Amino acid sequence: MLGYLARRLAMTIPTLLLVAVAVFTLVRLIPGDPVQVMLGDNADPAQAAQLRTQLGLDQPVPLQFLYWLGKVATGDLGHSITNNLPVLPLILERFQVSATIVLVAVGLAACIAVVAGLIAAWKQNSALDLAIVGGATLLLSIPSFWLGLLLLLLFGLKLKWLPVIGYVPFSENVWQATLFMVLPIVTLTAVEIGVLTRMARAASIEVLRLEYVTHARAKGVPEWLVLGRHVLPNAFAPTWTLIGLVLGHLLGGIAVIETVFTLPGLGRLLVDSIFARDYPVVQGCLLFTAVIYVVVNLIVDLCYPLFDPRVAVA
Amino acid sequence: MTAPLLTVDHLRIEAARTGAVVVDDVSFAIERGEFLAVVGESGSGKTAAARAILGLLPPGLRRVGGAIQLDGEDLADIAPRRMRALRGRSVGMVFQEPMVSLNPAISVGVQMAEGLALHEKLTRAEIRQRCLDMLVRVQIRDPARTFDAYPHEFSGGMRQRIMLASVMLLKPKLLLADEPTTALDTLSQREVLDLMVELARDHGTAVMLITHNLGLVSRYAQRAVVLRQGKLVETGSVRQILSAPREAYTRQLVDALPRRSAASGRRVAGDPLISVRGLKVSFGGRQRLFRRDADVAAVNGVDLEIGAGETVAVVGGSGSGKTTLGRAMLRLIPAAAGEIRFQGRDVIATRDRAFRLASQLVFQDPYSSLDPRMRVGEIVAEPLRHVPELSSSERDRRVAGMLDEVGLGGFAHRWPHELSGGQRQRIAIARAIVRHPSFVVADEPVSALDMTIQAQVLKLFERLQAQYGFACLFISHDLAAVEQVADRVVVMQGGRIVEQGSRDDVFDRPQHEYTRALLAATPVLDLAGQAAARASG
Amino acid sequence: MKWRINTVIGGALIALLLGTAVTAALWTPFDPLRINLKARLQAPSALHWFGTDEFGRDVLSRLMAGAAASVVVALATVLIAVSIGVLVGGVAGYLRGWTDRIIMAVNDALLAFPGILLALAVMIVIGANKTGLVLALGLAYIPSIARVVRGTVLSIREKEYIEASRVIGNSELYSMLRHVLPNAIAPVAVLATSMFGWVLLAESALSFLGLGVPPPAPTWGNMLAASRPYMETAAWLSIAPGLCIALTLLGINLLGDSLRDRLDPRMAHG
Repeated sequence: MLGYLARRLAMTIPTLLLVAVAVFTLVRLIPGDPVQVMLGDNADPAQAAQLRTQLGLDQPVPLQFLYWLGKVATGDLGHSITNNLPVLPLILERFQVSATIVLVAVGLAACIAVVAGLIAAWKQNSALDLAIVGGATLLLSIPSFWLGLLLLLLFGLKLKWLPVIGYVPFSENVWQATLFMVLPIVTLTAVEIGVLTRMARAASIEVLRLEYVTHARAKGVPEWLVLGRHVLPNAFAPTWTLIGLVLGHLLGGIAVIETVFTLPGLGRLLVDSIFARDYPVVQGCLLFTAVIYVVVNLIVDLCYPLFDPRVAVA
Repeated sequence: MTAPLLTVDHLRIEAARTGAVVVDDVSFAIERGEFLAVVGESGSGKTAAARAILGLLPPGLRRVGGAIQLDGEDLADIAPRRMRALRGRSVGMVFQEPMVSLNPAISVGVQMAEGLALHEKLTRAEIRQRCLDMLVRVQIRDPARTFDAYPHEFSGGMRQRIMLASVMLLKPKLLLADEPTTALDTLSQREVLDLMVELARDHGTAVMLITHNLGLVSRYAQRAVVLRQGKLVETGSVRQILSAPREAYTRQLVDALPRRSAASGRRVAGDPLISVRGLKVSFGGRQRLFRRDADVAAVNGVDLEIGAGETVAVVGGSGSGKTTLGRAMLRLIPAAAGEIRFQGRDVIATRDRAFRLASQLVFQDPYSSLDPRMRVGEIVAEPLRHVPELSSSERDRRVAGMLDEVGLGGFAHRWPHELSGGQRQRIAIARAIVRHPSFVVADEPVSALDMTIQAQVLKLFERLQAQYGFACLFISHDLAAVEQVADRVVVMQGGRIVEQGSRDDVFDRPQHEYTRALLAATPVLDLAGQAAARASG
Repeated sequence: MKWRINTVIGGALIALLLGTAVTAALWTPFDPLRINLKARLQAPSALHWFGTDEFGRDVLSRLMAGAAASVVVALATVLIAVSIGVLVGGVAGYLRGWTDRIIMAVNDALLAFPGILLALAVMIVIGANKTGLVLALGLAYIPSIARVVRGTVLSIREKEYIEASRVIGNSELYSMLRHVLPNAIAPVAVLATSMFGWVLLAESALSFLGLGVPPPAPTWGNMLAASRPYMETAAWLSIAPGLCIALTLLGINLLGDSLRDRLDPRMAHG
């Protein structure tokens, strides 16, 4: 077990390093001189040279990378060009909004999907199964931002049950904040239910075919226990891995949802910074999201032996 | 005489979708405490018939007619709740695949306790104690540790014992055992079945053993039911069925059992075709974070000679290194030490091309050894790529002739998935022989096939060998098949050869203890008291 | 039986999409770019089936032209991603050893960026236009293809028919081309089909954010983005493009499912 943990942790280090290299390279590749961008077009050459030295841009590229990496390691992601605020606190503040929506949505979606998938697999090829698979495929096909717009149209503009534009932090007014969160969460949940239900169903079908399920039935185990004790834990393992991927995927794709619902999340920050050519923030957001993704999948993998004891030994 | 424990009357099972008949009007009965064997090849419906008893037919199959009575109770139209009360309690079931019949996510103890907790009112401590006692009973060394361990920590034989223990805990009146040892090697098979018989006798449990292996039937069962393609062929005492079968099919089954032919005396004097000296093959230990586990020697210093046209059989249990030896002799796995000489030339150092072209391999699994995206004709023709002197018309003729030889003339345009297992194995043999090799490694070539098909394929193989005169390394765990085809026998254990000699010497006068254990564990038809003599010998 | 209904519905939807995309320029009822401020924000009518937008452009014509744009972007992207992904994954799976390890380490690092984010990042470098979009999305999806191809190649190489090919005396390269690759095509085909859907969705999302194909050229994504201010007064502007995306994705998902069922015999009986 400890060996598995150590191996899995060790695998993360090269990935994180390569992620850093990729982000660093990407920002270097952006056309245009960052100093020029920071100082504007009619900058004083002396001032420019000073800033260049200050930013370490006169050093060879590998040295620049190490210098940057060192700063990143201490949590210094630089300052925003637009408002000169430090990047990391900015990102963390925005991340709270995105993380809340994504975690709640994925949690809800996983609970619904695992049960729906299990029932569909149990009643395979029945009308119920067809309805669940059809519903999941339909949900899978609806773009999240469109569903968001439709829900806004219906609940916000027509029925006026929920607020349309804006955001209130939880720290100010919990009830108001919740109201603003409902639609984004429902939207994301609906979309992710599609993917996860299909996965849970496929995994449950595989497991239901195995002998140990028949073995349990041959012992006289009632059907609900067969499903709950013998099928669910084994079918959950592959779904669990997918949940990790979905979490990361959502963090990347959250920008559209935040745009639809005008939420000040991480994705919106990234997109706004791209439009504002605020490269330190862009770089910070990319790096932060990738690191979060790696960490989430690390946690998912580390929890995996809980569902499948074979992994810890293999 | 009292009423039988179980009666099955005119049972009929169909595939729900196609209406194909899987079990057709089958009737039989089991007495209390009796050991009944249900014999049949694949497609005989033997598994479906057994599962129908517990109402556990796989999805897609359904019982459309017939009655099943257990202890006077009608099981055919029983309420689900009552059926669940009988499952495990009155009728236990043991499955074939030890690797998938225990739940990998739950500890052994929880799985064992599950049945007890459902069917008897016991405290946790009592349940635990009953489980531990039963683990001791099936000769598990460390019951307390086993109780808390997970199934993947055990070998196939151990898992089958655990499964047997968990089923017998409830002292069922009837035990359904569906090919319970087919996936095990000879020694574990013997141990598990002996235990099963012993436990059944102690608890007065009747056993219904579903098997394709007539040797096991002869050794363990009192009566037998023979099924073929869903129909009952014949039923009777084992002695009668095996020694005086009434039906042609039963006779065919009995005749399909490998028999010792007269010694061929093919051992040729003079230089051997292939000689192996001190061959050693190691597999790298697993890479840990900062160190590597020590290498494991799968083959550890093997000396072996094979004469031209000779068949040398390599026998041994799983993990004996026999498959690795075969692969290493074909240079498919690099040797860590030792030399292989082919017609006197060292073939390891020189990567001898002539040896590669003169040697061939026949695989165990006919389902994965043929490229699914090539037609049969292309598959058989492929080795001839490396015979440049053949014109394309000569090549086509050679392929067609080879297909005729294996009895599959006109199959050139078929795809592998359109063929049965036996037909695929014939194609694999055709591919191996088409280039007229001088050396063929046959790795368990018939053990994945049905009994009657086994006999046909073995016969074909022998005929081709007589015709083309290739030498053969015949790797098998099935001593009966070895007895039929081998000139000489090599017994391997733990990567080493523990005994080798002529077939008759090894079979009739085994020297090494391991050889004797293997021979004793091999089920043979006990018609002339042969097995008894061997077991005591 | 189920896959037949899947195939029919999915096939019909995709045929409709491809047919429209190929022929859109020939028979759009109006010029999708012609501005007519007198006919602003008209509700669907016999003349304008899906109404008109804030510049009085015919929505149906713009949807048809948008289909062409989306299909071109998605097909080009899948083509780039599949060809490079198969090459990279195939080489890694064929050479194994250190080459494989290095390729896969880089690959996994790229996989650590959720697809759309990687595309976004590349778009910053290349710029927001159709070519940039294709390159960015193509690059973003190479790692997933490479990973699947490598895995497939490695698992096929363990099959006994590859060992049989070796025993016959075939070279490793010949075995790879003759036996491994043909058997690896099926999973790649399944993946490429679903990828067409992902790319279409990602393209719409990027256009929706204003980072895809720039207006006035119509795409479903930027039409949806432009509709937001008029959501209450002209709901058809929001509904029509989204419906097009959803129906296309539905078609691809259904088609992908039946393709998978056909190519994976294990699932066919499920």
